[in-house]
Amino acid sequence: MAQFGFENDIHSILKLDMPITNAPMARWQRKASSSNTSALTGLSPGKSTNVSLNASKTPSKTPGKNKKQTPSKVGGDRFIPIRNSKQMDVASFLLTKENEPMDANNTPMTSENQKAWSMSLNGYNIEDAKILHLRGKPLNAPEGYQNNLKVLYSQVKTPASLKKTRYISSTPDRILDAPELRNDFYLNLLDWSSQNVLAVALHNNVYLWNATRGDITLLMKMERDEDYICSLSWTKEGSYLAVGTSDCKVQCWDVETQKCLRTMASHSTRVSSLSWNDHVLSSGSRSGHIHHSDVRVADHHIVTLTGHSQEVCGLKWSPDGRYLASGGNDNLVCVWPRVQEGSASNDSQFVWSEHQGAVKALAWCPWQPNILASGGGTSDRHIRIWNVNSGSCISSLDTYSQISSLVFAPNYKELVSAHGYAHNNIVIWKYPSLTRVADLNGHEDRVLSLVLSPDCSTVASIAADETIRLWKSFEVDPIKKKAKERMAKSTSSVIHQSIR
Amino acid sequence: MTSTLKGITLKGSAELVAEFFSFGINSILYQRGIYPPETFARVTHYDMNLQVTADPKLKNYLTNVVSQLKEWLFECTVQKLVLVITCLETNEVLERWQFDIECDKSAKESSVPREKSLKTIQDEIRSVIRQITATVTFLPLLETPCAFDLLVYTDKDLVVPEKWEESGPQIISQSEEVRLRSFTTSIHKVNSMVAYKRTDSA
Repeated sequence: MAQFGFENDIHSILKLDMPITNAPMARWQRKASSSNTSALTGLSPGKSTNVSLNASKTPSKTPGKNKKQTPSKVGGDRFIPIRNSKQMDVASFLLTKENEPMDANNTPMTSENQKAWSMSLNGYNIEDAKILHLRGKPLNAPEGYQNNLKVLYSQVKTPASLKKTRYISSTPDRILDAPELRNDFYLNLLDWSSQNVLAVALHNNVYLWNATRGDITLLMKMERDEDYICSLSWTKEGSYLAVGTSDCKVQCWDVETQKCLRTMASHSTRVSSLSWNDHVLSSGSRSGHIHHSDVRVADHHIVTLTGHSQEVCGLKWSPDGRYLASGGNDNLVCVWPRVQEGSASNDSQFVWSEHQGAVKALAWCPWQPNILASGGGTSDRHIRIWNVNSGSCISSLDTYSQISSLVFAPNYKELVSAHGYAHNNIVIWKYPSLTRVADLNGHEDRVLSLVLSPDCSTVASIAADETIRLWKSFEVDPIKKKAKERMAKSTSSVIHQSIR
Repeated sequence: MTSTLKGITLKGSAELVAEFFSFGINSILYQRGIYPPETFARVTHYDMNLQVTADPKLKNYLTNVVSQLKEWLFECTVQKLVLVITCLETNEVLERWQFDIECDKSAKESSVPREKSLKTIQDEIRSVIRQITATVTFLPLLETPCAFDLLVYTDKDLVVPEKWEESGPQIISQSEEVRLRSFTTSIHKVNSMVAYKRTDSA
């Protein structure tokens, strides 16, 4: 039976439209019944509320009675919130005490208040304590004294360290294989064109590595296997490559068509150094002779310079084309003026004999056209900076290592030297202070040659360990670069405006 | 010495607390860089290296204060010691090192030594001084040259001694407070606290 009862209940709950049997009375039903009772007393709803209001007003007079009379019992239509009996007491208390004098009771309160105020304001009670201190102040710290904790707290970048913020990677950006490279100090087997093509001579082959695209082409191969390439030099525009060979010849190659334009034979020994000055190709040979060749004319050999007694291994025209610097195995550095065609004087402007070893490393300063840097071989190891206007040696520095190549890096005004015995590394020097900026270690054998990329951000070094390493050490900060470009733009626009 | 190892008397307690104040004040002056570090000498106390001023004038000033304080500690009339650090130029209060002293005045009547070994008291003192040293890490740097002052809160009925005068509380407006450890000799209890001016960034 119990089950059925439960079932019925469920039913009745689920069927919402059915009348609920055992639920509390609905509101309207309650109201009806209560109004009935109130009707019995014979009071209208409005009046009944009046009564309740009176009841609430009265407690001041009769608090005791009021307690029993809850407003709901009075009945009526209005909703009256439940009154807290406590509040009633408080209210009645306040009302009864309204007119009594307060002073006597409240004085301890205020003193307490005062105490609290004083505690919170002063941190102590004035009544309880007094603050004393020894008359006169203790002595002050000496004048000009600064809290040395400042060092602990604040980091101020010193201007010296700010200058050094450039990061120089100690590892090469790229390593290329150079098999069959001739390990010969006197040869110049690497050159980087303004078209961003790196030319390398590996025994009797000339390879071109396009640094922009990364592809390699074999430009030429000498016919006889015992011959080999001794020197390479790009023209300023980077479209022609001069190749000096062991069979005493100089070849001119058009790179685009990969054709040999002409072969010039004037030397009697291997051509170990080359340098272009417009249409004049200067070549130095093992005999110590330097020949100027005008590549445009059939009778190309125009001048012979005879200052060196041994192999000319360093040869560089200055960027403005006014001087040719040559260095030889006879430890001499010669500077030759540009020769006007037909003029008789073939004498050198300066001959410097300060170096104690073979001079292969020669570099002209791109931002100071009268400055020449030269570096000596194993027995010399010195970098010397020359002024070709005055003919004086400005500075010299012992590097404690054979110098095979020197390059000026204009981005940060630095001088880069490549070293053979004993360190086999590359060193970046600040110019003109010649303070060491960084060492680039990595080559496992002597570095033979060093060239700068056309954007001046990278140096390529070729070493006897048969590798070419690219060192991206001179990248310009992109923000600075942008600022520079903007500067250049703004100046050009100014020029345009002035022209208008 | 044997008696101090066993227990502690009011006199011994006053001496211990005064000694703590002497080293504590010196430590604060050194750690907060109020005076150049080269004017401080290193001493070993409480089994730790402490810096004590070697400047004769400052030394004299501190001994004056501490010896007076010792007297008050003995009388149990001192309530607080406050080291106030003010900016020399603006006279603004930058830091306030407050040491609340609770004296057990019953010790004045009975001279029975309390049961607490010197070693445990010194251990507690050591940890307070260590904390003072450690505050350098969070207290703001005192960038301007600063001066300090020592305020002593005493009982109201105390007769102001010669050379001493009443002073204001020198409260920091808008301060940040850090409670440090406390220690007790079982007669004197010292609660330490440092308040410092809130920096705008905080």
